[in-house]
Amino acid sequence: MSVMTELQNVRSSGKGTTTKRDRVAYVFLIPWFIGLVGITLGPMIASLVLAFTDYNLLQAPQFIGFDNFIEMASDKRLANSLQVTFTYVFVSVPLQLIIALFVAIMLDRGLRGLAIYRSIFYLPSLLGSSVAVAILWRQMFGADGLVNQLLAFVGIHDAPGWVTDPSTALGTIILLNVWTFGAPMIIFVAGLRQIPEMYYEAAEIDGAGRWMKFRKITLPLLSPIVFFNLVLQLIGAFQSFTQAFVVSGGNGGPADSTMFYSLYLYQQGFNQFNMGYAAALAWLLFIIIGAFTAINFIASKYWVFYDN
Amino acid sequence: MTTRFQTETAQLVTKGGARRPRLTGGGVTERRGKTPASRSIRSVLRHAALIICAIVMLYPLLWMLVSSLRPNEEIFNSPGLLPVDLDFTNYFVGWTALSSPFGVYLINSVIIVVGSIIGNLVSCSLAAYAFARLNFRGRKIFFAIMLLTIMLPFQVVLVPQYILFSNLGWLNTFWPLILPKVLGTDSFFIFLMVQFIRGIPKELDEAARIDGCGHFRTFFQVILPLMVPALATTAVFTFIWTWNEFFGAIVYLTAPDVFTVPVALGQFTDSQAGSDWGAMFAMSIVSLVPVFFAFLFGQKYLVKGIATTGLK
Repeated sequence: MSVMTELQNVRSSGKGTTTKRDRVAYVFLIPWFIGLVGITLGPMIASLVLAFTDYNLLQAPQFIGFDNFIEMASDKRLANSLQVTFTYVFVSVPLQLIIALFVAIMLDRGLRGLAIYRSIFYLPSLLGSSVAVAILWRQMFGADGLVNQLLAFVGIHDAPGWVTDPSTALGTIILLNVWTFGAPMIIFVAGLRQIPEMYYEAAEIDGAGRWMKFRKITLPLLSPIVFFNLVLQLIGAFQSFTQAFVVSGGNGGPADSTMFYSLYLYQQGFNQFNMGYAAALAWLLFIIIGAFTAINFIASKYWVFYDN
Repeated sequence: MTTRFQTETAQLVTKGGARRPRLTGGGVTERRGKTPASRSIRSVLRHAALIICAIVMLYPLLWMLVSSLRPNEEIFNSPGLLPVDLDFTNYFVGWTALSSPFGVYLINSVIIVVGSIIGNLVSCSLAAYAFARLNFRGRKIFFAIMLLTIMLPFQVVLVPQYILFSNLGWLNTFWPLILPKVLGTDSFFIFLMVQFIRGIPKELDEAARIDGCGHFRTFFQVILPLMVPALATTAVFTFIWTWNEFFGAIVYLTAPDVFTVPVALGQFTDSQAGSDWGAMFAMSIVSLVPVFFAFLFGQKYLVKGIATTGLK
């Protein structure tokens, strides 16, 4: 259904008075509707207004026009946090999805013990956002943590303290995100099952090898699911917070090397109480995420294959 | 972008159910390898790779469990899993290391989790029924808005929500964390339930309507009992996500007696107990156990839930 017909439907059903049928539906929607207005749309608008103010919770908000946005343009810590976040997003999301797809293909139908493997690989994605695992990561990648103990075991003794070295700290958090590949993997496993076996059989008769089958059958037919995972993971990764917060002890260090965007926003809003600036930062994040999601949807026309 | 997302989602929706009929008779194993011998070698290699991968992934968790049962000084020089000492000192030390006993944080977390689960189940199922089964003015627009809010970054509404809840005097209470769920702002679950209800044959509720049931009775007596799997998926996901919730919790809960488990664990790393890795590991394990059991008993619903929202 096209956008236009949907909009037309909306308009044509908009005529006339509210019927009993409408009222019944609105009763079902009351909680959601209060939430939408009071907790989502209202605060969104308020946030947009606050973005043009200076507000520290104590005095009334001062309207300052575009000053917050002008300040953002020259905010070096913001530029750094953007760089950190982009690096994180564009390294960890593709890595995570490639591994998820690879493992999902290994788990394709007919494999004995599939359910057990699937559970084991899925578990970390449920624990990955917890503070407990972030604490574990902090120990593991510390100067004398588990990783360096294991490295010493194989004769490497001068490994750095991964979380205390600015050049490697971000890498440990990327690794943590990659470790949670289980959630997209499960979606891939389910998607692979929908590909009719007969396509592969036909390709085999035509003499196609494994790579050819992957390129010409699996990948195109799975592309809507790759796309779905990509959109979801990208949106999630841009907002990443807990791991960087805990692994860095709340300061985004060392040397701001793990200062994720959300972490910077949190510091501005809830440590320094620059509420106006934090609101402006939130809107920039929203715009960035919206833009990348839009780009994704536009690009999807060229690589996502819908089998209608 | 609004409707674009919706049409894309709709396309995902029409991509066919999770159980498309298999268009083949057998052939599952035939397409692997050419001879039985090469097939079995390949299978062994595949299992070996998967097992190595599984060990690498689980090792850190197992090591944390084992280390939590070891004296502190051993944690930094025992990378192995054996021997396990079964020394519970860390658990006793960790339980009382912060200003309140750890049980207080567990109870706080449980209250928020239970409130959130009930809130999500009630508000999302009501909204989902309206979107899936009722025809009303503005349905398409509202549905599109609902889908868009799934993608809305939480940060955008955070500051005004904080100001709102602070003006209501709700800082350091559980309301800011529970109320949004009661008001159905976790729209992901509405979407999940809409998908599920669409799969329930319409004849069932039409029969109920002919028998004189109103929409409320149809919802409570026909649809709700049939959508138990979707409710279970929602409950288990809400449990795990709320249990792990950190950002919202550190914003709204700053007084030690209302800390949730993740906030308390976060405090650990700041406090002087921060060098007591044994105690930290012990309480971390305590915090992971409920998630692990939710996973163990709920994984059927988790797997189904995320697979169907991705596919249908």
